Amino acid sequence: MGRYLTLLTLQLRTSALLAAQYRWDFLIDGCISLVWAATAIAPLLIVYAGRSSQAIPGWSMNEALVVTGWFILLQAILDGAINPGLAAVVDHIRKGTLDFVLLKPADAQFLVSTSRFQLWRIVSVGTGVAVFAVAFHRLGRWPSLLGVAQALLLLCVATMVLYSMWILIVSTAFYVVKVDNLTYMFSSIFDAARWPSSVFRGLLKLVFTFVIPLALMTTYPAEALLGRLEPVTLLYALLASAGFATASRTVWLLSLRRYSSAGG
Amino acid sequence: MTRTLRALPTLLKIGIAEAIAYRAEMLVWVLSTTMPFVMWVMWSAVAQVSPVVGQSGRAYGSAAFSAYFLCTFMVRQIVASWASWEMNFEVRQGTLAMRLLRPIHPVISYAMGHLAALPLRFAVATPVAVALVLTAAAELPHDPRIWALWVPCMVGAWLVAFFSNIAVGTLCFFMESSLKVMEVWLACLMVFSGYLIPLDLFPPALRVVAELLPFRYQIGLPVEVMTGRYAFAEAARLVAIQWAWAAGLIVLSFALWRTGVKRFQAYGG
Repeated sequence: MGRYLTLLTLQLRTSALLAAQYRWDFLIDGCISLVWAATAIAPLLIVYAGRSSQAIPGWSMNEALVVTGWFILLQAILDGAINPGLAAVVDHIRKGTLDFVLLKPADAQFLVSTSRFQLWRIVSVGTGVAVFAVAFHRLGRWPSLLGVAQALLLLCVATMVLYSMWILIVSTAFYVVKVDNLTYMFSSIFDAARWPSSVFRGLLKLVFTFVIPLALMTTYPAEALLGRLEPVTLLYALLASAGFATASRTVWLLSLRRYSSAGG
Repeated sequence: MTRTLRALPTLLKIGIAEAIAYRAEMLVWVLSTTMPFVMWVMWSAVAQVSPVVGQSGRAYGSAAFSAYFLCTFMVRQIVASWASWEMNFEVRQGTLAMRLLRPIHPVISYAMGHLAALPLRFAVATPVAVALVLTAAAELPHDPRIWALWVPCMVGAWLVAFFSNIAVGTLCFFMESSLKVMEVWLACLMVFSGYLIPLDLFPPALRVVAELLPFRYQIGLPVEVMTGRYAFAEAARLVAIQWAWAAGLIVLSFALWRTGVKRFQAYGG
């Protein structure tokens, strides 16, 4: 365990060095993060402009803004911590260089997952938090301590689920080789998480609650911050993340057996 | 010129073979364009409470939104362009040198690569078109002249999309990589093209901005023509402006290419 902590610090330090080398990226990534945040917020502004308080059933403008804040925050985690390392796996598999990772005396999944972080994406985390601040300022109240605790727990759960889904998707690269653009596909599925889950109906609602639990990632944490999350939901979220984690680990280990390297 | 023309069918054939070879990759790209459906779901949830009234005074109900976003998906499939990513990649790897060696203008060879992907992209758009006709035929225009105009409008949209990509792509000759510029361009495209929000629903001030920018001519205009938002004369005027944008972007792209390519050093390779 201690060894893995040392490894993680090492990997983080390498990413930090890289980030420090490209200091201008901080400014550029900051601007881009603001532009993307604007694309997430603009539709909400137009949906709610000059309308009654509840254009989306059960959500006022400011409450929906909290969901958007979570969307921005989780996208930052996805792009900053989850995508970069795992996107490299797809490349490793295609070129056969996964050999070098497998030869190292540490768990391969751990090594590839921590191999690269885009640290400047922290700017987007700031943007997300700023959106929360604006939303709650306009709501005229602040989240309760219990709400914040629940939300933080759900943040961990959501990250776990996102990560596990990524592992599941990357595992398909062992079977279908030339799929460099899987990253984009996953991000585009995640795009649906930008709205409160009550906009989805029928089959889509079922899919986005149980199969690809997008509701768990943005809507539930927002409800927690707003102080209206039912405790049962929290339990369900914890179970779901445990399930996803186990499934993804199993699939990863099974897929790894299929790996046969590639002509050096 | 005639030599270029004679090479076109062969280039297309190679491109189509490539598109078929990498069909899984292509399918993933197509599946990644879920945004119109995501927006559709949200707007229909909003419209179910009460129809959204646009600037033009026309109300958008659920059916109007489904027609709009199904059309958006189809237009997006057909006018898709990835030239700036291709260029950035090839400049960084130095493989652009291979393209420069060929006796044909690289921009033309990029264009052929894009056109070769169209048959597969049409194949993806067809079921959506069928769904559109089955579910929202009432929202489509019945004037055959509008449909005749829609064809040059699609061509114009493709030209705007492709040459804005080339123009941003050529910037990588002047800076190390123009991918971040492209990302900003893409974000503006999403907001101002009508991809996320029909232009008609914009607040007046923003709408004026959107109409001055090239983005709407890439996605919004063909979609609006398809969903019968304009009478013939108005649509024709807008298509004329669209073609003026296309012409401007073509001139700009070739000018940028000519000055930029002199700085290309084929490092890496």
